[in-house]
Amino acid sequence: MEEEKLTGSEETSAAKANGLSEVNRGVAWDGCSVLLDINDGDRLVFSRLSPSASIKIGNKKCSLRPLVGCPFGSLFTVETGPSGPHLSRSAPSSTGNCVEEISKDEGQSVNEIRDNRSLIDNNTAQSLSSEDIEAMRSEGATGDEIVKALIANSSTFEKKTVFSQEKYKLKKQKKYAPKVLLRRPSMRSICETYFKKHPQRTGFMRVDTLSMLLSMANVGPYSDALVLDKLGGLVVGSVAERVGGTGYICSTYFGTVPYQIDIVRMFNLSSDVCARILQAPFSDLSPLQNAPSECAMSDPSDVRPGSPETAQPDPSNELLQDGDSLLDSRDNGDDTLTGQKPVKPGRKAPPEIVKSWKDNGFTSLIIAAPEMDVESLIMDLLPLLAYSAPFAIYHQYLQPLATCMHKLQASKMAIGMQISEPWLREYQVLPWRTHPHMQMNAFGGYILSGIRISNSNTGGVIEDKAA
Amino acid sequence: MTMMVAVDDAQKLSFKRPIADGDTVIVYERHDCMRAVTVSPGSELQNRFGVFKHSDWVGKPFGSKVFSSKGGFVFLLAPTPQLWTLVLSHRTQILYLPDISFVVSYLEIVPGCVVLESGTGSGSLSTSLARAVAPSGHLFTFDFHEQRASSARADFQRNGLTSLITVTVRDIQGEGFPKEHEGSVDAVFLDLPQPWLAIPSASRCLKPDAVLCSFSPCIEQVQRTCETLRSSFTDIRTFEVLVRSYEIKEHCFAKSVSEEDGSPVGPPPQKRKQSTLPANKSEKTESNFSVMAKPCNTARGHTGYLTFARLTVLSN
Repeated sequence: MEEEKLTGSEETSAAKANGLSEVNRGVAWDGCSVLLDINDGDRLVFSRLSPSASIKIGNKKCSLRPLVGCPFGSLFTVETGPSGPHLSRSAPSSTGNCVEEISKDEGQSVNEIRDNRSLIDNNTAQSLSSEDIEAMRSEGATGDEIVKALIANSSTFEKKTVFSQEKYKLKKQKKYAPKVLLRRPSMRSICETYFKKHPQRTGFMRVDTLSMLLSMANVGPYSDALVLDKLGGLVVGSVAERVGGTGYICSTYFGTVPYQIDIVRMFNLSSDVCARILQAPFSDLSPLQNAPSECAMSDPSDVRPGSPETAQPDPSNELLQDGDSLLDSRDNGDDTLTGQKPVKPGRKAPPEIVKSWKDNGFTSLIIAAPEMDVESLIMDLLPLLAYSAPFAIYHQYLQPLATCMHKLQASKMAIGMQISEPWLREYQVLPWRTHPHMQMNAFGGYILSGIRISNSNTGGVIEDKAA
Repeated sequence: MTMMVAVDDAQKLSFKRPIADGDTVIVYERHDCMRAVTVSPGSELQNRFGVFKHSDWVGKPFGSKVFSSKGGFVFLLAPTPQLWTLVLSHRTQILYLPDISFVVSYLEIVPGCVVLESGTGSGSLSTSLARAVAPSGHLFTFDFHEQRASSARADFQRNGLTSLITVTVRDIQGEGFPKEHEGSVDAVFLDLPQPWLAIPSASRCLKPDAVLCSFSPCIEQVQRTCETLRSSFTDIRTFEVLVRSYEIKEHCFAKSVSEEDGSPVGPPPQKRKQSTLPANKSEKTESNFSVMAKPCNTARGHTGYLTFARLTVLSN
């Protein structure tokens, strides 16, 4: 039994082979897509580090240029400089840790127990006015100095419990010394951000549900994944991220206009990976080569003027900044990773690839189309799967999936079927304060999963699809 | 040439890739009865449905229905990490799909990543991690139990995963991860009784902003782990992931037999009075046929808490 060991240089080349050099994966580069987390998740903004990119924090507009070349996970604060407010890298916040240290010392000491019985909330506790604060700021006081001054001038601060004091301090810091965390967009952060801020745009797809879809559909290297994504590209992007630069992701659609998959651009997928994301209408994939199935006709909201390449981005997407070129379909400049013209994800599948899909069958099927009729969708798409290939269907309603499952059982097209409802609960874990979060999301959708089988009673033959 | 995780194009599942000698197939008898079988010339499989000759299987596509000498049948499925989790032999308590899928996503594992895992256990998660890093990444997995490490190695070899997984016998709680991994790891997964002992070493192995996950059944373990994480990690989050399954039932008067497990789906008694049997089963109309769904009565109540954290990026 051999134990393979990769040396350091082999690991580097292994990562590079995937089209992602190690350096770029950890460090923000010019033109990359980023997720800005302001004040610990209070505000989440997707942006692209183009030369003109900026962010407005409070009433200050700051350029995002300082972020280029910084590692993902870097923290920034707004500082006032000679040329105006700018983002500057700061040390990681240790406030989150202070609470626990304090409480360890406090322990069960009876003398220290405080409560809020005599605290009256009538807005008279703070003696500094907003003019005083503005004056401090114009004299060059940092955010942290302002917070210290506020604490010093609060008549009730000393009477609060330690936990309450921390909460007060954090609240003031968020307002006067906001922090911006540079985060790398990934399936997890993109899904969570949309779920938190604009869930209706991604069909209320929760991160645990999306994770299960990917596993159930056995998305992996060399997958030929068939995806019906009406969630703006969240599923296509996640599948592509998981497949890497091998295999293909076929984003299919009914009718003549591809579904918008702009969210794919947020993933920072390399050119190699983007080249694997192809779009093909169902009519091209169907062996019948007739008009697409009537029952699964695209709904009216799909009809857009113009071709997919010039489709206008959704202007109401507040998650993106004004003037942001994130959804600009005209990518200017070269891909800084490879120096080549960047490949747009979602180009039309060339005929030879479509033929290979027909000959080999797809290895995975994921359907995420909460508004469409799943029963007819699965009847159309399941025959495109290779035998023994798994499928996973996401839906917001139980009944259509139940009907689907029953139909598939009766027609003997699939086995191993299951309807699952994922459940996710987050916990706050702090000394003496461990409990599930007070707020909880109640519903992450349903999934119907299964495996396609050959329903031939002659024991199955290797099909010659070359006809 | 088995294909649990394809490491080249020829291994992928396809209409054109038939079952061959030496392949591992998953024999599906019922949704709750499956097993892994290695196809070998001259061998037979015996179960309640009869005797199946392996030689009948060779040349057929995966996903085929195959018959026994007495006319019973099973399905032959291609192995996947999910199916493997359901058929593998349990040497330890294992992780199942909901936890596995959440861990792979939340650790942000993509092809090319280098991942550390301790303990290996029965290799359930390891197999899914291998798929996530393939074809160019690697999983280094550690277990302090020599025999279990050996069994895991044997499984990975059988499943064609040796280019993706390295198993080492090592006590990670006592010794930490080997120095050679320091600064080069994209994700760490811990399933240990005292994970806090492994956290300092994990923090040296992880690249900045990379993610660690610790799985613990008990909340006290979670509390101690989080306490230890706070010095070098940020974005510490703890979750529980579960799944509720649903069962369906046909609501109609005609008796129909679900082929999978042979149990009849019977009519609810009160409908019988109004019914008239349809001449042909396939002509059921909407008015006398519907499908009902309800949650299953039993469910897994708890597996463990999943704590995730990112290695803090220092500003120097």
